[in-house]
Amino acid sequence: MSDERHLVVDRIKCDGRGLCAEILPELIRLDDWGYPILKPGPIPEHLRPLAERAIDDCPVLAIAMRRAEKRS
Amino acid sequence: MSNSVLWYATRGAGAVTLILLTAVVVLGILTALRVEGRGWPRFLVTGLHRNLALMTLVFLALHIVTAVVDPYTNLGWASALIPFSSYYRTFWLGLGVISFELLLAIVVTSLLRGYLGHNTWRVIHWLTYAAWPIGVIHGLGTGTDAWSAWMLAITGGCIAAVVIALLWRLAAGSRDPLSSERSTFRAAVDRREAR
Repeated sequence: MSDERHLVVDRIKCDGRGLCAEILPELIRLDDWGYPILKPGPIPEHLRPLAERAIDDCPVLAIAMRRAEKRS
Repeated sequence: MSNSVLWYATRGAGAVTLILLTAVVVLGILTALRVEGRGWPRFLVTGLHRNLALMTLVFLALHIVTAVVDPYTNLGWASALIPFSSYYRTFWLGLGVISFELLLAIVVTSLLRGYLGHNTWRVIHWLTYAAWPIGVIHGLGTGTDAWSAWMLAITGGCIAAVVIALLWRLAAGSRDPLSSERSTFRAAVDRREAR
């Protein structure tokens, strides 16, 4: 459980290219302007490879994976 | 006979490199244009762009290695790595070496993009617009088949493809979905600062 990861988007870098939502529609959809809306919660294990691909393919490197923060 | 096999391989790999590199450049311009359609998602364009770029390097390596190991040319490895150091067609081969090294820099920085950051990567990626034309001139200047009809057709087709893609890119301008909002905002900020 300690290895849970979340997707995060850098809203300043994000350019609304929409590649991430094409690659990972399970977790990312686009708003009316083409900017990503993330499904809350950790990335399911079986979607991890796609999440990595979405991160690598972002043309402006605006999306990343973060280790889930521990809740007290 | 094996000598001429190497020489044919050099020429063939050179032509294939030109075609692949042109496809990579055009696909790169298409990603900036945000081309998409049904059955043609955007990640397909970027994925093809990257994979064809890696394949271009393979054929370019074949082009260079077969040229150097060909005992007839007797070029030596130094002339493949140091621009304008070749006794043979110094200028034209030098252009090829420069183009190769620019491409190498572009590919390596692309593979390390996550570590370099977007802006550094982007500045280096602009070298594409030097590497491609230098490669084309290298082919026209020293290509054994450069002025044969089929090679002229290939070179002409490649130049036309890139020019059309570039003109399309320039005509399209910014595809930023928020460009009007951003410019309004920027104008408002400028007005405030002018006061």
